[in-house]
Amino acid sequence: MNAALLIDSSYFIAAFLFIYGLKRMSSPLTARSGIVVAGWGMVLAVLASFLYTLDVNEAAKPHLSTNLTLALIALALGLGWAWRSGKKVAMTEMPQMVALYNGMGGGAAAAIAAIELIGYKTHGSVSLSLAVLGGLIGAMALSGSLIAWAKLDGRINGTLRFSALQLVNGSLLLVLLAIGAYIIWHGGVVAWPVFAAFFALALVYGVMMTMPIGGADMPVVISLYNAFTGLAVGFEGYVLNNPALMIAGMVVGSAGSLLTLLMAKAMNRSVANVLFSNFGAVSDEDQADIAGSQKPIDAGDAGINMRYAGKVIIAPGYGLAVAQAQHKLYELVKLLQDAGVEVKFAIHPVAGRMPGHMNVLLAEAGVPYDIIFDMEDINGEFKEADVAIVIGANDTVNPAARTNKSSPIYGMPVLNVDMAKQVYVVKRGQGKGYSGVENALFYADNTQMVYGDAQKVMVSMIQAIKSLGGGH
Amino acid sequence: MDYTTTILTGFVALYIFMLAAFTGFEIIGRVPAILHTPLMSGSNFIHGIVVVGALWALLNASSLPEQIIGFVGVLLGAGNAAGGYVVTERMLQMFKPSTKTNKE
Repeated sequence: MNAALLIDSSYFIAAFLFIYGLKRMSSPLTARSGIVVAGWGMVLAVLASFLYTLDVNEAAKPHLSTNLTLALIALALGLGWAWRSGKKVAMTEMPQMVALYNGMGGGAAAAIAAIELIGYKTHGSVSLSLAVLGGLIGAMALSGSLIAWAKLDGRINGTLRFSALQLVNGSLLLVLLAIGAYIIWHGGVVAWPVFAAFFALALVYGVMMTMPIGGADMPVVISLYNAFTGLAVGFEGYVLNNPALMIAGMVVGSAGSLLTLLMAKAMNRSVANVLFSNFGAVSDEDQADIAGSQKPIDAGDAGINMRYAGKVIIAPGYGLAVAQAQHKLYELVKLLQDAGVEVKFAIHPVAGRMPGHMNVLLAEAGVPYDIIFDMEDINGEFKEADVAIVIGANDTVNPAARTNKSSPIYGMPVLNVDMAKQVYVVKRGQGKGYSGVENALFYADNTQMVYGDAQKVMVSMIQAIKSLGGGH
Repeated sequence: MDYTTTILTGFVALYIFMLAAFTGFEIIGRVPAILHTPLMSGSNFIHGIVVVGALWALLNASSLPEQIIGFVGVLLGAGNAAGGYVVTERMLQMFKPSTKTNKE
């Protein structure tokens, strides 16, 4: 059997499995099988790639056994490390892990570009341009993702901002494009320091792009770099004449771009705004004029009131996950359901650290997804709810985003929890939210505050309801 | 059998890029927000296919710098693919409906 035919057919099947897998992943019912399908595509493609050993370049033939050994070691190390770290990581830390793996993919694409360029293996201006462009994007995605990972993981605190930053970044990009054009103009035949400078500057550029961006915007940035890596992989696929890389890379490039736009929209920001503006510089003026006071209530009393309510809607936020209270919360939900209360979850698009993150965290606690609702599906139901309970969320339930034009978060879509007959807010203290904006909800007439750690509050509520006995 | 690899250049490549881009757009376009995180992770896994390109580059390396860069490339690519798979699978495993139908 012809090796080239075998490789090409394997790639064809792999490309089909990727797209089919991604399609299955886009519905909760079939999602689990989707990743498995795509996984088999990957296994097939990697195995088929070892057939390359039958047909390598003349120049590489004397090195074949060394190269094959190196390849096996690198595969085993990369696979082993990533498999273990992926199994170990806590669900709350998922966003930074995705950033890390994505950066590695960008790095691999840049490595392909580097080999092609320093070995003078690429000919023709189209191939050369795509190799250079893919290398630039890949290297940027690598260093940028690493910074994103470090920031979300708390390894880098604070943001690097100075007034001339955009100017510096702009000039850096121009220099990069100039070097790239120089390489292409000379048909790829330039001295190696030029290549070295090109990749080094691309890495620096990724760092400079990501440093000024604050933690709250990081998910959008990770998604953007995910799309970037996809593009880089697609471009290098063209250079290597590899259709599997071209198709998979481009599918991810466009899917990732759309996902980035959807995420930015859910946060009421544009992608350009995320990348080039300095959010978080909120002035304190205009904020002290909220009437009323915060009214506290005992956790047990709040629990008992919910037990006798007809309909309860829960609005969870990242604070719930930080307190690791999802499991206790679901215990409370089951208790309420047993007592005949209708319970629903309302999820803001950016609840958690990225869109859909809260769903993952609730799913981990065993909450079935059919009592979990997206914001637009449930916002109309709050006015029929007897109780809305906010746990560890703040900016995403602030009615000022609807009503107060001077608020920095004005226009952001929010959960209409304030329309419920009674609102309970479970919160550690009287502090402000991630954006530093005061929350009008906490001062509303129908709001009562349950102060305390979310996990302890859940336990008190469960105990209070259990103490009433099992009678319906 | 006389088979040689098709060379994908010019407009053939452009058609592939265009159709793949639309495919990606269409697949993501109708996804509920609850799946955004797993999907980002899933698409992150799919560009792990870059490991295949890195493998080719390493197997065809003919100098020490090429071998070093190729080694790093395969290492990173394998990490991308394996890590992306594991975290996506872990996330999706947790999505269960409340009625225990157990179809699988």
